[in-house]
Amino acid sequence: MNEMNEVRKPPVATTGIIGWLRINLFFNWTNSLITLFVIYCLYQFIPWILDWTIFSADFKYNYLGEQITNQEMCSRNLDPENGGACWAVIYVRFYQFIYGFYPKVEVWRVNLAYVMLAFALLPLLYAKLPYRKYFLYFTYIFPVIAYFLLNGGLGFTEVSTNKWGGLLVTLVLGCTGIALAFPIGIMLALGRRSKLPVISMMCTLFIEFIRGVPLITLLFFGMVMLPLFLPEGIDMDGLVRVLVAVTLFQSAYMAEVIRGGLQAIPPGQYEAAKSLGMSYWRMNLLIILPQAIRISIPPIVNTSIGLFKDTTLVIIVGILDLLGIGRGTLADTNWLGLSYEIYFFVSLVFFIFTFGMSRYSLYLEKKLKTGINMGAD
Amino acid sequence: MRSNLGFFSDEKFRSIFFQTLVVGLFALGLFFVISTTSYNLEKRNIATGWSFLQNPAGFDISFSPFLEFKSTDTHLKVYFVGVLNTLLVSITGCIAATILGFILGIVRLSSNWLLSRLVYIYVEFSRNVPLLLQIILWYSILIQLPRVKQSLQVLDVFYISNRGLYSPRPIFESGFSYVSIAIVLALISSFLINRWAKKRQDKTGQQFPVFSSSIGLIFIVPLILFFILGSPLSFEHPELKGFNFKGGLVIRPEFIAMFLALSIYTAAFISEIVRAGIMSVSKGQREASAAIGLKQTWIMRLIIIPQALRVIVPPLTSQYLNLTKNSSLGIAVGYADLVHGFGGISLNQTGQAIECMAIVMATYLSISLTISFFMNIYNRSIQFKEK
Repeated sequence: MNEMNEVRKPPVATTGIIGWLRINLFFNWTNSLITLFVIYCLYQFIPWILDWTIFSADFKYNYLGEQITNQEMCSRNLDPENGGACWAVIYVRFYQFIYGFYPKVEVWRVNLAYVMLAFALLPLLYAKLPYRKYFLYFTYIFPVIAYFLLNGGLGFTEVSTNKWGGLLVTLVLGCTGIALAFPIGIMLALGRRSKLPVISMMCTLFIEFIRGVPLITLLFFGMVMLPLFLPEGIDMDGLVRVLVAVTLFQSAYMAEVIRGGLQAIPPGQYEAAKSLGMSYWRMNLLIILPQAIRISIPPIVNTSIGLFKDTTLVIIVGILDLLGIGRGTLADTNWLGLSYEIYFFVSLVFFIFTFGMSRYSLYLEKKLKTGINMGAD
Repeated sequence: MRSNLGFFSDEKFRSIFFQTLVVGLFALGLFFVISTTSYNLEKRNIATGWSFLQNPAGFDISFSPFLEFKSTDTHLKVYFVGVLNTLLVSITGCIAATILGFILGIVRLSSNWLLSRLVYIYVEFSRNVPLLLQIILWYSILIQLPRVKQSLQVLDVFYISNRGLYSPRPIFESGFSYVSIAIVLALISSFLINRWAKKRQDKTGQQFPVFSSSIGLIFIVPLILFFILGSPLSFEHPELKGFNFKGGLVIRPEFIAMFLALSIYTAAFISEIVRAGIMSVSKGQREASAAIGLKQTWIMRLIIIPQALRVIVPPLTSQYLNLTKNSSLGIAVGYADLVHGFGGISLNQTGQAIECMAIVMATYLSISLTISFFMNIYNRSIQFKEK
């Protein structure tokens, strides 16, 4: 009886850092082998990429301390053994990447428009903003202000759109496309679900046609065919023609997303609205659409990400967006052969915008889920 | 209020009224567009009609693996070359994207934290960078490869240079048709064996080694026949003559860039779809199959994947459609697909924008509809059937 019980060893750690490592990286021998292999690959790759992008790279001066003005002065062209990326091309051409060929004296207008865009987006992105109502009024009039600010008129000197370029064009196309496609998409979605057979058929045909053809054919349509359809004397601006194509394209996708939201609304909502004697438009505007749009916000953001990436296609019809400026720079003999630097930079800019949007859509999805649960409780 | 509106408050009348109004406005708009267009076309001396399809194209197409193309060939032939090139890059891209996407989707769910994070980084990067940029980037990498004279040699038969990948071209001699017939027969019979084995297993519970017998039929039998017939297949090797290779099979960098960019970009989306599909299968299914003693690989193949497919296939279809439509971006790197060849060069040469664009759009619509049609059939076949 006095005999002591055998002392049991404590169990192998399943908590803490060691436990985490055991479970996630070294669970069994295949797992450990994979982990070691991946670590080895990263060990080979990461120092090289860091060296190329940062440690051996030129930002403004090359390794001799000279300010870089063309590709021959890049360290990697002077000393191919040691030089890394030559970011000086971005530094020198930064103005073009952000504003295109916008006149330098007028560039404050673009800067102001960028700042105002941020303020206009704020109430849309953040629902708990104090004084959100007043911010929203600003959002509604922002497109008008931005039009006069960027294009000219009302006392501002006119800057023709063929001087616009770079991030400016990318943002103008993306934001206008999304903003215009939203109401058109709602109309198309309502039209497709309409009980009137002619309207429903026409909307369905339009949506399926646009979704069945690539955006590039619509851009060609806007560029080559639209001028033929319009009477003489109406000369449409190149950017406007592209905008028409982009908006048509986006509105069809938006319509399908919103239709998904409409389908999720239980029929009881329609019946309740009708029993209160509401007309079709009152029912949709006050009861159905607010709910349908609320649930379709995450997919709306997702199609918007798609559109934002697809705006790069305009370079094929000769509009110089961010990628177009990049390609233009590469065609310049001063900066020949710096394709990796330029494409890396353009990718990074797009990545920041689209990754930001996708994170935002995830955040919304989570918020909406909890919102619905609270409603059910 | 009702009374002075009269019959306008009648729902039936209103519906007919609005629909007639819409049709009328649409017809009016159409009439306006057609009349201004025909006026504009006449004024700019642009021909109309379809006769231009029979005119000689007058330009060369660098990549036409299926049809021999000369500059004296017609615009109609440009169209066919374009369709074939579009289909080639779309089909190969879809296959590669599906395989890569499934692998990545499964790896993303791996219990190894490092591996799944790595796939996550890959997915986020390739989803969030515009496809056009990726195509151009791949192309710029490929054309910076060494020149033809210094081309990299792989396995002594493949040559990689900035003009593309040169590989031996297979030449089928007279007896080879028997071998291909044998392969087709083997495919059909292994399909029949599969059906028979399934039926037998449902009835009696006995299993039949379908996989190994199919492999034997498809590979071994034609191979034996191939040697019996005295290997009726030879290869034409590419040879360096002057500034370029002569002979052999060449895969141009435009195609490789398109193929790589399309499949890598779409694979990122597919891997997310696959991940969501696998995660949609409830944990209980896995636990139940483990409890009856199934092996890990069997659990995946027999329990998880068939159920996940029901969730995976509909969004997968739209990815295939996207890939096919995105193949139109070949114009950026000069890949002679439908848009670049027929909708681009032919359009510029003939000036008949309306006809060319109509044909291009109609072709894409029919390709899209065909893909949807077959994927819908497949989708119906894998949906849950209640007995």
